[in-house]
Amino acid sequence: MATHFLGDTAVLTGRTLRHVTRSLDTILTTVITPIAMMLLFVYVFGGAIDTGPVSYVNYMLPGILLITIASGISYTAFRLFADLQGGIFERFQSMPIARSGVLWAHVLTSLAANAISLVVVVGVALLMGFRSGAGVASWLAVAGILVLFTLALTWIAVIPGLTAKTMDGASAFSYPLIFLPFISSAFVPTGTMPGPVRAFADHQPATSIVNTIRDLLTERPVGSDIWTALAWCVAILVVAYVFATMAYRRRIS
Amino acid sequence: MDTHQAEGPAIRVQGLEKSYKDLRVLRGVDFEVARGGIFALLGSNGAGKTTVVRILSTLLKADAGTARVNGFDVAGQAAGVRESISLTGQFAAVDEILSGRENLVLVARLRHLKAPGTVADDLLRRFSLTEAGSRRAATYSGGMRRRLDIAMSLIGNPPVVFLDEPTSGLDPEARIEVWQAVEELAEGGTTVLLTTQYLDEAERLADRIAILHGGRIIVNGTLAELRRLLPPAEVEYVEKQPSLEDVFFAVVGADSQGREARANEK
Repeated sequence: MATHFLGDTAVLTGRTLRHVTRSLDTILTTVITPIAMMLLFVYVFGGAIDTGPVSYVNYMLPGILLITIASGISYTAFRLFADLQGGIFERFQSMPIARSGVLWAHVLTSLAANAISLVVVVGVALLMGFRSGAGVASWLAVAGILVLFTLALTWIAVIPGLTAKTMDGASAFSYPLIFLPFISSAFVPTGTMPGPVRAFADHQPATSIVNTIRDLLTERPVGSDIWTALAWCVAILVVAYVFATMAYRRRIS
Repeated sequence: MDTHQAEGPAIRVQGLEKSYKDLRVLRGVDFEVARGGIFALLGSNGAGKTTVVRILSTLLKADAGTARVNGFDVAGQAAGVRESISLTGQFAAVDEILSGRENLVLVARLRHLKAPGTVADDLLRRFSLTEAGSRRAATYSGGMRRRLDIAMSLIGNPPVVFLDEPTSGLDPEARIEVWQAVEELAEGGTTVLLTTQYLDEAERLADRIAILHGGRIIVNGTLAELRRLLPPAEVEYVEKQPSLEDVFFAVVGADSQGREARANEK
């Protein structure tokens, strides 16, 4: 079966990608919350937040990008859940194909859909005055981190997609993920937060990821944050992948 | 993989057991299905028909017992089983966002066939879906969706086809359309395992009928053999009343949508 893995995954990915391109409203609803937040923070709250020499839109874009991904992956859970409900998942599982290709197709589609959303959000940020003099290497590094973060969150999304009992349950898990950047350095420097909150903010994944992307985009030297960020992403990815695989095994046995 | 390698019965099930927690659904199911023809597994809701089909199509592992499909063991040779079968579940498993044709092409691609487009067009014609082929499956009626579902199951000509309650939730006309499709399938030499809770469906379609009850097969035979289980018929004189089905088709006649659509496409 291994010989078919790439071909089957490609065919199945083509199918789920069509789901995305034929329901562009999913992209729209994915980007509308981050864009609304961006407008709110830049034009309402931003003036009162001291971010030093960095303009506020430049400061908060990394956090907005994480929120975009967190809201985008809930559609992955949604699409997977719909496949299970509709019976097409079982049809695929009873066919002579590389079975895990069904999951990988959803994961790859998640990457593609989130990439589109991220491009749209960055485009809006540019209109709002976001500027970066970062070179190609820095942008590639930013893209790499975002891909890794998307992969990690997507494998988290696979778990409720496979185990949820209702459509609401399948997508509700993403709300805490969307709010995680708020208690981080994404919108306000953590220095202004009271002790325990600051301790949480400084040590949760979003802060190191946001700091790394911000440093890369504002052409500042990237500190040890990048290693913390990568470690978080890889750790989340591995743990989520293990649990997702367990949920998958339980589902197909 | 040679899907026709195996001799012997198309399906052989021995001592199959399956429990969901404390609920013992299958308590030792035994039956054999000869090659070709239609075998109906009859039972009320919750009798375990779907559980049997899910085990035979490698979606579920049995707790005990063995099952072979086309000579392949469902536990040890799952890949061989999947090469040999096709499953049409209780809920028409079509991709609603894709068109009918795209659904067929998708399955043809996954079965690694050479000309997926030609395969799709042939099946659309055979199942009177040519006109609807480019429309999203979400717009199909229940009967059309079922026909598409069954058409998807035929791609690659698997020697064994499982149809799990293929007519549940369909209106009488769509039901007859599905029956015709199943009959054509069997005429082509495919072995069909059909589960149903409709007695008339089993009576109309099946060469052999097995009744699953209380977790076991309690009878298994041809319709004639099953009839002999009861005392011989007594001759009574009864006024022949038209059945509701006769009335329905007399009243609805050829104006009905489904038949019209079929007629137009012919």
